[in-house]
Amino acid sequence: MGFPDSFFARKFNITERDLESYLAEALSSGGDYADLYFEYVSTSALSIDESIVKSATQGVTLGVGIRVIQGERTGYAYSDDLSPEKIRQAAKVAACIANGPSQVDKTGLQEGTKRDLYPVLVAPGETSLAERVALVKRANEAARAADPRVVQVQASYADSLRHVLVATSDGVLNFDRQPLARMGVAVLAREGDGVPQRGYAGGGGRVSLDFFLQEKTPEHFAQKAVRQALIQLGAVPAPAGEMTVVLGPGWPGILLHEAVGHGLEADFNRKGVSAFSDRIGQQVASPLCTVVDDGSIRDRRGSLNVDDEGNPTQQNVLIENGVLRGYLQDKLSSRITRSKPTGSGRRESYQHIPMPRMTNTFMLAGESDPEEIIRSVPKGLYCANFGGGQVDITSGNFVFSASESYLIEDGHITTPVRGATLIGNGPEALKYVSMVGNDLKLDEGVGVCGKEGQSVPVGVGIPTIKLDRMTVGGTA
Amino acid sequence: MNLEELASGVIEQAKKGGATGAECTVSEGDHFSASVRMGEIESLQEAGSRGAGVRVLIGKNAGSAYTSDLSDDGIAHMVRSALDLAKITSEDPFAGLPDASELGKMTGDLELYSDSVVQLPASTKIEWAKRAEAAALAADPRIANSEGASFDTRVGSTVFANSLGFLGSYRSSSCSISAVPVAKQNGSMERDFWFSIARSVDALENPEDVGRKAAERALRRLGARKVSTQKAPVIFEPRVARTLLDNIFDAISGDSVYRSETFLAGKLGQKVATEKLTVVDDATIPKLFGSSPFDDEGVPPRRTAVIQDGVLQSWLLNSYTARKLGLRTTGNASRGITGNAGVGHGNFYIPKGAVDPADIIKSVKRGLYVTELIGFGVNIVTGDYSRGAAGLWIENGELAYPVSEITIASTLQEMLSNLEAIGSDLEFRGALASPTLLIAEMTISGQ
Repeated sequence: MGFPDSFFARKFNITERDLESYLAEALSSGGDYADLYFEYVSTSALSIDESIVKSATQGVTLGVGIRVIQGERTGYAYSDDLSPEKIRQAAKVAACIANGPSQVDKTGLQEGTKRDLYPVLVAPGETSLAERVALVKRANEAARAADPRVVQVQASYADSLRHVLVATSDGVLNFDRQPLARMGVAVLAREGDGVPQRGYAGGGGRVSLDFFLQEKTPEHFAQKAVRQALIQLGAVPAPAGEMTVVLGPGWPGILLHEAVGHGLEADFNRKGVSAFSDRIGQQVASPLCTVVDDGSIRDRRGSLNVDDEGNPTQQNVLIENGVLRGYLQDKLSSRITRSKPTGSGRRESYQHIPMPRMTNTFMLAGESDPEEIIRSVPKGLYCANFGGGQVDITSGNFVFSASESYLIEDGHITTPVRGATLIGNGPEALKYVSMVGNDLKLDEGVGVCGKEGQSVPVGVGIPTIKLDRMTVGGTA
Repeated sequence: MNLEELASGVIEQAKKGGATGAECTVSEGDHFSASVRMGEIESLQEAGSRGAGVRVLIGKNAGSAYTSDLSDDGIAHMVRSALDLAKITSEDPFAGLPDASELGKMTGDLELYSDSVVQLPASTKIEWAKRAEAAALAADPRIANSEGASFDTRVGSTVFANSLGFLGSYRSSSCSISAVPVAKQNGSMERDFWFSIARSVDALENPEDVGRKAAERALRRLGARKVSTQKAPVIFEPRVARTLLDNIFDAISGDSVYRSETFLAGKLGQKVATEKLTVVDDATIPKLFGSSPFDDEGVPPRRTAVIQDGVLQSWLLNSYTARKLGLRTTGNASRGITGNAGVGHGNFYIPKGAVDPADIIKSVKRGLYVTELIGFGVNIVTGDYSRGAAGLWIENGELAYPVSEITIASTLQEMLSNLEAIGSDLEFRGALASPTLLIAEMTISGQ
């Protein structure tokens, strides 16, 4: 499909000539570079609580963001009105960042090559609402039927379909249609008069509704959530202090997102404020660790055909055999540091300036058998699942909260323990990785990453790994 | 475009389309942001946006929709969409609007809007951000780098209407200045921030004070060590103490209560904290960021003592959670532009205590003074609490050296019971505010 048949060209009668004239307006005060980001997002969200479908919401937002760069300066303006006058007015406001005569005579726009990492013919948002309501009802029924100790169930489903168009003064013209869907099940289980416990499971991706009917069904998430809550019913207080920690495969990859991912975003490194600044080529992890960020994996929540600055996503090696290899770049940082783009420029919406961000971040599989990893630990903690995490990129200190973990005693996983936060230091923590499993797993598709007030969907993944030393923040 | 007419029109369209009840929110706002770094402008951002949302009821079935397209077509599509959705939701016996007798607005000016914010020229905003950063950089030679400083302003209008005849609107403004310096010494690098936020320009702290305070905070973190794992008293400085109010709010919010998803379920009227503790919600205080003339269902705000002298006195409720619990709304409905209302807080704070914060530090022989908390390790259902921390170690009543890469853990139940001192240093920097707090004992996990 060429530009004239694309969403914005058809729906809003936008032509290549229009785009070129808006870019010329944006550069009329002498900026070095300008780009336009058109966005049209339709969303649906449903939830069931107390077996009642209490809420259903749909909505539409649209707008255009216009950016002008001169040197290291950025001017930004946006409009939620796509009439030519309003777009020109926004372009004029963004242009104010620069001061000088226009240096650009004409931008020749070139359509980027097309690929389709999420070939979803009918997006979830384009199906009947009844089909989607059935998903939350099924999740509710499955969770309630799973165990008599389940006392509360909330199931939610949300999808969005995002159409974007990027045009830049260096000639890039790209557009994309980005479906995204996610469901989640939260349960509360209680035994007699005891303390109730929560369990949560969820997932999705850039998928069609079939994903929830065939691959990861509402029953799958319901059972997983119930299982987690029931395990917590028998949990003892978590231990406190430094110990050997084994992370299970999948979502525990959030360790990588917090410990190294954010610290390798190029904006922080260009400014010299990251604990990883000026450390390319240095050993920052055990030689067993190779960590990549890959926005080009099919159907994944963190994947994009093109990033929000019009560059194709790719696999970027962050750490190779323990050695720091590269940073995640956005347009501004790659211009200033004369680095190659990595397809990592992302933004929450047309109202936001793009930044370097992660997509799907994971560690490559190693050679150890996961069972052998557990057997090698006389005393420690096994973490099967986590809630959220956070990092201070300057000191490098990061945390993530275990939501399902167990004691390891004499090489066996034994008693479940209550939630606890784990803390470490980014450039140090992975040096203690002494075993990496052969069981790489990506998460099921629930991740949301926040940075400077902007949220974007991401994925993580990890094989089973053993960290010889990590601080566990329990009370026992 | 007249936003009040727009909102009333949405209600009419919804009723014509078959809604037996409807609520509409319309908002518009303008945002300006200037960021500077190392003395140079880094970015300037200026834009406005608008949006409308509607929630309809057909009997006891609710549906919601929103749009940023305020054209006639965009609005008509939104209303149709909400009506369609009300046909696929289930009948909820508790769904509804507030009782008509509960609707109303606070009279008198809450002073939420000041023209000074709009009148301040962009060049001044940039200049003040530069001054804040310059003050931070000049504070000490070890402040060698900066993540910059910024000046942000927002002005906006909010309109709310419902099918019971409520129509209200108010304007609000805010301006804020912040600085994020980076301190470096012997391979240790630390950043911290400070900010000031106000409804009017004259109430902002001066840029130099913001910059210097941010620098002091970053500097005192340099050379942080890890301490050994132990149980010890923990002092929360005001900036981190306010995060405990977030946790308390989650535990007394009607949504958590009717589902019994809070460690405080069933405890109304009981002692849940030391007698020293009182927690108040009050959306009627002029100029503060938790104030508004009506809540997001059109109910007037009020002052509610949630915990009084250690006894749990009240939940915070909207009309739905009130009906679920057989109580009356406390005027705490909150929502974005659309959807069923959730529960939100107004100015939610711990009134100031009697002890000078310096004396609280002096009273601790060995313990932790927390200046930063990271992560999400708080479980409202069980009360389990475990978060990453950084701060200063106290030896013999003195702040001795910085510590980091540690966690603090306990349960919220024990923390509320073990609250040993409340400082006299209450100040509002946003809707949540707490003085310095001393908790007698928590588990500190380190080496």
